[in-house]
Amino acid sequence: MLRIALTALWNGDRQADRVVPPSGFTAQLTLFAAGTMAFLAVFALALSLASGRLANIWGQELARTATIRVVAPIDQRSAQTEAALRILETTKGVATARALTDEEQQSLLAPWFGPELAIDALPVPRLIEIIEEDDGMDADGLRLRLAAEVPGAVLDNHSRWRAPLVKAASRLKLLGWVSMILIIATLAAMVTLAANAALSANAQVIAVLRLVGATDSYIAQAFIRRFTLRALTGAAAGTGVGLLAILLLPSTADAGGFLTGLGFQGWHWVVPLVIPFLSGGVAFAATGAAARRTLKELA
Amino acid sequence: MQWLRRGALKPKRCWGTTVQTKRDMRVIEFENVAYSYGGGELLSDISVKLAPGSFHFLTGPSGSGKTTLMKLCYGALLPTAGHVSLFGKDVRAMDRDDIAMIRRRVGVVHQDCQFLNHLPVAENIGLPLTVSGRHAETGGDDLQELLSWVGLSSRADALPPELSGGERQRAALARAVIMSPDVVLADEPTGNVDWEMSQRLLRLLVELNRMGKTVLIATHDLGLIRATKAQVQARVLRIANRRIQLAGADL
Repeated sequence: MLRIALTALWNGDRQADRVVPPSGFTAQLTLFAAGTMAFLAVFALALSLASGRLANIWGQELARTATIRVVAPIDQRSAQTEAALRILETTKGVATARALTDEEQQSLLAPWFGPELAIDALPVPRLIEIIEEDDGMDADGLRLRLAAEVPGAVLDNHSRWRAPLVKAASRLKLLGWVSMILIIATLAAMVTLAANAALSANAQVIAVLRLVGATDSYIAQAFIRRFTLRALTGAAAGTGVGLLAILLLPSTADAGGFLTGLGFQGWHWVVPLVIPFLSGGVAFAATGAAARRTLKELA
Repeated sequence: MQWLRRGALKPKRCWGTTVQTKRDMRVIEFENVAYSYGGGELLSDISVKLAPGSFHFLTGPSGSGKTTLMKLCYGALLPTAGHVSLFGKDVRAMDRDDIAMIRRRVGVVHQDCQFLNHLPVAENIGLPLTVSGRHAETGGDDLQELLSWVGLSSRADALPPELSGGERQRAALARAVIMSPDVVLADEPTGNVDWEMSQRLLRLLVELNRMGKTVLIATHDLGLIRATKAQVQARVLRIANRRIQLAGADL
């Protein structure tokens, strides 16, 4: 049924199109509305995909690392560090563990204290960087052993930092998809309004067509074809402009911060191309429903 | 008007069971039909049969229900009681597509005929072919022949709002017969035109009847009926007191 309707749509009964008078200005409004919605949809999509990517990075990459801080007086610090490293060697799930050198710690602190700081004179905790295996490690077990044998060692598996970030990113992603759905629903609402207006404006045309033996589907087709093509064209233009705008966004890759940049990566660039077809489909369904509803009430 | 006779534009038969030539077949049949608008009953207990090839007038005072009865004949209205059968099928059992198919076999001319105002006359007359998927046939000689039959050859490219009352009526008649329908219904076809033009329209309808079409004309113009009775064997149905009577030959 749908296939027949679509075939009729694309083969295009030019005659069916001609029986409804051209509508001029209102046609431009439908085009404009579809274009605007598609433009917004591109950004909603970019937001969803980017925050999805962000959630992935924070969720997976940070999950593979942990840190031990050895807080001890300077004279005991290296001994405790050695003890902690020994424990780590026998802990299951730890791929590598290594104490940061003084130079590395100095460079980590440089943004706050400047490069001239003599770090070896200060009771700065020693940091041990742990890379976990894919299965992860038993953080609670490790914490217990450290507490028993190395009182100054504190394990931080980053979950404290990670969890709210991942949550925020997931929420952003959800918001992006909700926006997407709202945009599509708004497009459907606008097309329905426009189609209803067109159907009432052409009441006399419809009456004449019914009188000479046109079926409802023939009459509906003239309207459906019109609005589907308008939504498709408008949305294609809107998507094009939206993609261009995203392309022209300044790159944030160098800044290297938490923002991976609002935009598309790799095959994600293909996803927005769905928007025009989705809009066309929505217009097809919305106009069809409006036409069927209106025609049913006529003699 | 050879083509109407030879059936060059014969509509596709949608009902295999309908054998139109059978004499006992009724194209339109009313059985105890009543129709009420809101509170009051406009028509009641109407039983009429229109045989193929018959010529009927429907007359009665203004507001007596002539237009309503015509609308019952092509499925624009459904009876509030009784049964209306079109080509042997009860209208109540028809869906909207069935009604559309009926209208390809019933040509209708309204008193104030409506057209698609953005399309020229020729395309409006060919509209029944277009909407039934036979648009290609509107390019042929048949349409030209039909245009000259109703005397509109020179107005083929005009838009409907540019036509005079008489031209509109003739264009509507041409549109009503282009599918070579089995029945032609005309509701006050001469309402807006002068005597000479009404005679011309009547002659066209009589000619259609001679080709075997069933014709039903609603009119309150008794002079017109008298003038026609000289040309064709016409029966007169009169609506009075919500019922239908067969008027006598003395009319």
